[in-house]
Amino acid sequence: MIDVATRPAPSTSDRTGWWRSDGSEPVRRNLGLVGVLTLLLIVGMVTRSDIFLNGHRLWNNELTVLTQASSIGVVTIGMTFVMISGGIDLSVGALLALASVWSTTVATQSYGPGVMIMAALLVGTGSGLVNGILIAYGRMVPFIATLAMMVAARGLAQKISGKLTQIVRVDDINKIAEWKPLGIPLLVIIFAVVAVLAWILLNRTTFGRRTVAIGGNAEAARLAGINLRVHTLLVYALSGLCCGIAAVMVTAQATAGSSDHGNLYELNAIAAAIIGGTALTGGRGTIVGSVLGVLVFTQIYNLFIVKNLQTEYQLIAQGVIIVAAVLIQQFRVAALRRPAPPGA
Amino acid sequence: MRHLPDDPSRRRLLLGGAALGTGALLAGCTSNAEKNSNSNDSGQTKVNAGDNAAPGKAVTIGFSAPAADHGWIRAITDNAAKQAGLYKDVTLKKVDAGKDAPAQVAALQTLIQQKPDVIVLLPQDGAQLTATGKAAMEAGIPVVNLDREFSDAGAARLLIKGDNYGMGLAAGQYIGAKLKGKTDAVIAEIAGIDNLPLTQDRSRGFKDGLAQYGLKVGNRVAAQFTVQSGQDVTANLLQAAPKIDAIWNHDDDQGVGVLAAIKQAGRKEFFMVGGAGSLDAMEHIRTGDTPLECTVTYPPTMASSAISLARLIAQGKGLSDLVELQVPKEIVLASETITKSNVDKYLPLGFRS
Repeated sequence: MIDVATRPAPSTSDRTGWWRSDGSEPVRRNLGLVGVLTLLLIVGMVTRSDIFLNGHRLWNNELTVLTQASSIGVVTIGMTFVMISGGIDLSVGALLALASVWSTTVATQSYGPGVMIMAALLVGTGSGLVNGILIAYGRMVPFIATLAMMVAARGLAQKISGKLTQIVRVDDINKIAEWKPLGIPLLVIIFAVVAVLAWILLNRTTFGRRTVAIGGNAEAARLAGINLRVHTLLVYALSGLCCGIAAVMVTAQATAGSSDHGNLYELNAIAAAIIGGTALTGGRGTIVGSVLGVLVFTQIYNLFIVKNLQTEYQLIAQGVIIVAAVLIQQFRVAALRRPAPPGA
Repeated sequence: MRHLPDDPSRRRLLLGGAALGTGALLAGCTSNAEKNSNSNDSGQTKVNAGDNAAPGKAVTIGFSAPAADHGWIRAITDNAAKQAGLYKDVTLKKVDAGKDAPAQVAALQTLIQQKPDVIVLLPQDGAQLTATGKAAMEAGIPVVNLDREFSDAGAARLLIKGDNYGMGLAAGQYIGAKLKGKTDAVIAEIAGIDNLPLTQDRSRGFKDGLAQYGLKVGNRVAAQFTVQSGQDVTANLLQAAPKIDAIWNHDDDQGVGVLAAIKQAGRKEFFMVGGAGSLDAMEHIRTGDTPLECTVTYPPTMASSAISLARLIAQGKGLSDLVELQVPKEIVLASETITKSNVDKYLPLGFRS
């Protein structure tokens, strides 16, 4: 998974120098995250050698980490686009809950798995579109618009579900979390496919270049002929679609839809994107970095449970990592403000 | 600069409005709340025949409980409303508890001004609502403290609560009896929100229950009482312990996720004990299709009982089976152990998670 995702990244900077050019900064950062992941695995090998030095158990454990990372990973990928465009989407967790509840009502379940999946994707995308309309056409600040959506969507999810857990009786949906083609869980495959598609979308299409341009300098992007409103709309719809996909994944894993699903996903997704190098101010960020960011958090979580430690230590560790990542980012910004050396 | 989008045009506002409206409309169509609430809780409210059931002085009962965020609290609110509906002489005045303890304090101050005959209160937080309970008592309104205990016994006329310690004890004793003599048994515990006193009480009881049989907890994880968190911690827990003999999961709501993770991992070498007594858990116990073979109760029917007792307090009557003329001061419900052999009897009491 990591190999597949990281391999294409250096190609963007092959033409210029590798280590010195500014373009290689994301690569260096991603290597740093790979280093953190390696460090976590070494900690595991030292403290729980029975798992981390046993090939079969290590494989199973890491597949579990990837599986548990898959839904938040997909959400984080959507969040990465929004943040690169200079916005923020606080509603992702609530949209996930709404999509999961909507697709698991007694009525929807009676139509079978196809309709359930379509319902989740449509609700996610539709709510993302509403976010986009409020921000692009209602000219609301993204923070406020998506905050309102976060509260309202969670409320609507509670209203629809009657605050009950909606257990899924459609076996094909639950199978999504059980099926392992070639020994790889389907959820992990979905995560990988979404990540690869997102990478292509960000790095190899005009949509991706425009997203970066808008986040870097909206006015310049507008003068260059980019339709800011339409593009903003699409970015939030994309984030909503990712929530819809993640909703199907979470619903399958939990074998139920619930208005509690995706609790705090907005914060986890933002945190993962930030340690992956996405700038809160927009214009900068990579899919590979976000994926690695999610994996770092999920691996820590796994390590703490495997070590039988209580959750409070894990929360502290997460906080420290976020602070460290942002500090590194600040130093980098400070370095950029210095006059560029000639020929750079 | 004329082409700049200076004014949010009316057409576009309309478009946004239409999108919102369509969303709301569609939501209305898919709602299934009604279907959910009508079924399967016929046994959760009850009026026994006898002198006390006869209509007496008209009583207004004020009721406040936290907003339902999971099945158990929802069952509490539903049961209170339904039980009040069974009495012709009871009017229930529900006030929203708001988001947190200060909001509930504010709501209750309004309620006290309206002078109900008695107040049934499930606090957001027992300690933070104690002063409010006292204020109501001083205003001459008896308070029935439901489940989460005040820090001062003088703040309530009656305390009726479940037994968290007893719940852990019952789970520990059930597991202990089955694994007796197997001192190397691996026992895992899946707790709820870890910083709540109720979780700590349950864990303490569980530890004591196991200790009676010379056993102890091997792996312990804490979830958030939600299905998703239950799935998440369990998936990781099953990696941490390749062979488990028994699992106690504190809460049947999160148990849906726990059972999902167990199924996804394809593990079945252990048996599992649940907690609270949801309908879903009872159905699994009855059919035996999962490792869940027992659950220890923490019954939301206590809300029904609280309403009945509040009525008696307001009417100045006692419990007919007791010699005393007044309702007792404190009632702690026993945590009952539900297994395949007695599950049919308990099914009507199961709440939808």
